[in-house]
Amino acid sequence: MPEPAPAFQYATLSQQHGAARLGMWTFLATEVLFFGGVLLAYVVYRYGYPSAFAEAARHTHIAIGAANTAILLTSSFLVAWGVEAAKQGFGRFAALLLWSAAASGLLFMALKGYEYRLELSESLFPDDGFAITGSVAGGARLFFVFYFIATALHALHVAIGIVVLAAIGARARGGAYSAAYYAPLTVAGLYWHFVDMVWIFLFALIYLPGRA
Amino acid sequence: MRYFPPPRALTISWLALLGLLALTLFAAYQPLGAFNTVVALTIALIKAAIVAALFMELRGDDGLTIVFASAGFFWLAVLFWLALADFLTRPGFPPRLSPWL
Amino acid sequence: MSARNYLTEDTRLRSWFFTTDHKRVAILYFAGITFFFFIGGAAATLIRLELLTPQGDLVTSDVYNRLFTLHGVIMVWFFLIPSIPNTLGNFVVPLMIGARDLAFPRLNLTSWYLFMIGGLITLYAVFVGGIDTGWTFYTPFSTMYSNGHVVVAVVGVFIAGFSSILTGLNFIVTIHRMRAPGLTWHRLPLFLWSLYATSVILVLATPVLAMTLLLLGLERFFGVGIFDPKIGGDPLLFQHLFWFYSHPAVYIMILPGMGIVSELIACFSRKAVFGYKFVAWASLSIAAFGFFVWGHHMFVSGQSVFAGLVFSFMSFVVAVPSAIKVFNWTATMHKGWIRFDAPMLYALGFLGLFTIGGLTGLFLACLAYDVYVTDTYFVVAHFHYIMVGGAVTAYFGGLHYWWPKITGRLYPEYWARAAAILIFFGFNMTFFPQFILGTLGMPRRYHVYPADLQVWNVLSSAGASVLAVAYALPLFYLGWSLFFGAKAPTNPWGATGLEWQTPSPPPVHNFAVTPKVIRDPYTYRPDGTEQPQNA
Repeated sequence: MPEPAPAFQYATLSQQHGAARLGMWTFLATEVLFFGGVLLAYVVYRYGYPSAFAEAARHTHIAIGAANTAILLTSSFLVAWGVEAAKQGFGRFAALLLWSAAASGLLFMALKGYEYRLELSESLFPDDGFAITGSVAGGARLFFVFYFIATALHALHVAIGIVVLAAIGARARGGAYSAAYYAPLTVAGLYWHFVDMVWIFLFALIYLPGRA
Repeated sequence: MRYFPPPRALTISWLALLGLLALTLFAAYQPLGAFNTVVALTIALIKAAIVAALFMELRGDDGLTIVFASAGFFWLAVLFWLALADFLTRPGFPPRLSPWL
Repeated sequence: MSARNYLTEDTRLRSWFFTTDHKRVAILYFAGITFFFFIGGAAATLIRLELLTPQGDLVTSDVYNRLFTLHGVIMVWFFLIPSIPNTLGNFVVPLMIGARDLAFPRLNLTSWYLFMIGGLITLYAVFVGGIDTGWTFYTPFSTMYSNGHVVVAVVGVFIAGFSSILTGLNFIVTIHRMRAPGLTWHRLPLFLWSLYATSVILVLATPVLAMTLLLLGLERFFGVGIFDPKIGGDPLLFQHLFWFYSHPAVYIMILPGMGIVSELIACFSRKAVFGYKFVAWASLSIAAFGFFVWGHHMFVSGQSVFAGLVFSFMSFVVAVPSAIKVFNWTATMHKGWIRFDAPMLYALGFLGLFTIGGLTGLFLACLAYDVYVTDTYFVVAHFHYIMVGGAVTAYFGGLHYWWPKITGRLYPEYWARAAAILIFFGFNMTFFPQFILGTLGMPRRYHVYPADLQVWNVLSSAGASVLAVAYALPLFYLGWSLFFGAKAPTNPWGATGLEWQTPSPPPVHNFAVTPKVIRDPYTYRPDGTEQPQNA
């Protein structure tokens, strides 16, 4: 396998790696602010309607949420392990790890879909047929507006991540990465860990309030 | 296929993350009043820090990358700080509608 | 042309649409924003025509609402924001830092496609019936009552936002990682400092706009009521989110203009910029402080008095770095060998107009006075002085300055000077009367007004017709120069930057050998001759 050459605009491979990594971190900063917009809505309305938010959060399915958290944390571990393995030249084993992480992502999506179905059947979609009534109805609806928008956007990110991990895994299997050339690998890893991180916060905000 | 053992730091982080998940679930059911939220968010922050430092390899990164990683959170804090400067001091929030609407 | 350059390398049409050369992408952007500029300008013309008379005799109020919304949406998102960064910035950033291209050339092209797709979707919204919300899309009007095509327009702006983010990301990484050997941060030309600061805003503010528009679109489409007071939502939350982007967006428009003016004043005064480090860091502090002031758009909207105080104070603070720049440009010209070439005329115009725009901004940062002039023509005049008098004037200055480098042709100097002077007078005639109209109490966004305000409106409309002619002029003489202009030398202005050390137009990968930088920018000898940064 010949030594990979840098793209034409770079002088060296390490300059190219530095650029790719910095670019990904910049992109992740934009993602923080993207999710930040809807998080602000959550914080403001939770401050305004504390009891309604606690009541609404009790209607979420914490068992599914917790299982999904464990699944994503594990998948992140698999990705970090896979990146390290591919760098050390264990391409085929790295592919196995990355594909397992992608499969965990699929499992996450399946559970999320099942959860959505349960919620729709319980009339928790925040339109005029909303199940929670009484004085907390408005605030609880705002909670579920946040819930559906934030989790759907997160799921979209997971879906993109699954495709990326599958593709990167295939390339790792072909021995594309080495200690000298691994930029796409770490960049994909950064993205997946970030998606994991978003979920860590969503889990705390959506499933945990109002349980005590 | 040759087996590559997971680096120790990664395994420990993974186990710590799962442990923290169990801890936050347990804490959520304890009647701590306002502290439930504090505990849940603190544990979430610790988990995120572990992911960032070890899985995302920020631990050994240069200062520039750390600045880039923090920039998003800093500006997010600006958004929250100044927006809440309004919501926390506005008598008209939360909005109350007249009963005949 | 004898030597092969980026224009002659491959002349097939598809080589343009699949190009990853930053110089060609810049030209694609140039075509795009020029198209949108004239569409937005046509709407402005109709608005000024309607306002010639106090009665609503040209268009109905409903059509008028759609006209000013079209004007605002197109000019803000499809002309002003991409204008300098995506055309001139795209072209000169790699040249100025001695690189072969941007860090991510394919991302750069992607950004252009996103921009055009977003723009065409927004234009489609106009053609199927338009939007009547104003460019700010305030809720609950936009989500519940407007009969315009809000969702389509919002989708268009949403997509264009990603083009902004990708450009900002590309510039940041390029400036960090691709600088030529010897080109330290404090040797960077000031245009790059200002583009770096602009990119920080593009990257950190635009995602919040994306989320805001997404929430708005979802609320209107699904009727879920995020900002709907009926279920306890708060329309002011929309305004907070919207202005968290849209106030810094003003700096996206003006910072690159400030960067160009720094280049022009140094080059045509044959002197180093006075207080280089202050001007450089002022750009970054404007970008940072720009995020702390958004609430001054909401002084009368019902936000808390405390928040109003905080935002008012912050707005005064952000004036400091802008003032530093104005003083330093003036000091740069002091005892310089000033040449009044067309780009310098634009720079001088910028200096005057930006100062008026900036000082009237202080009026508006003042809580008590703002209550009096909110939503009047005073505000309209103020932001046009910044965005048109400032940003657009600087854009034209930069366009003339780098035109020989971009096209390899010289434009006719006297026509260019005439246009620059005409723009300055036409602009003042259009917008200065609007300060008076606003002080007299004429509200914005109405198509009828009391008869005793007609004289100022006639003056403004007359100025607008001068301005329209002045803005159309460059289209003709710059177009003419493409075919009949004299061949441009490598360094027609005797400037010091790296972009002037490679042929006009530059070869495909910019430099035959990567330049080595050995000195600060803007180094001129006492006799006014230049010392290039790399030789």
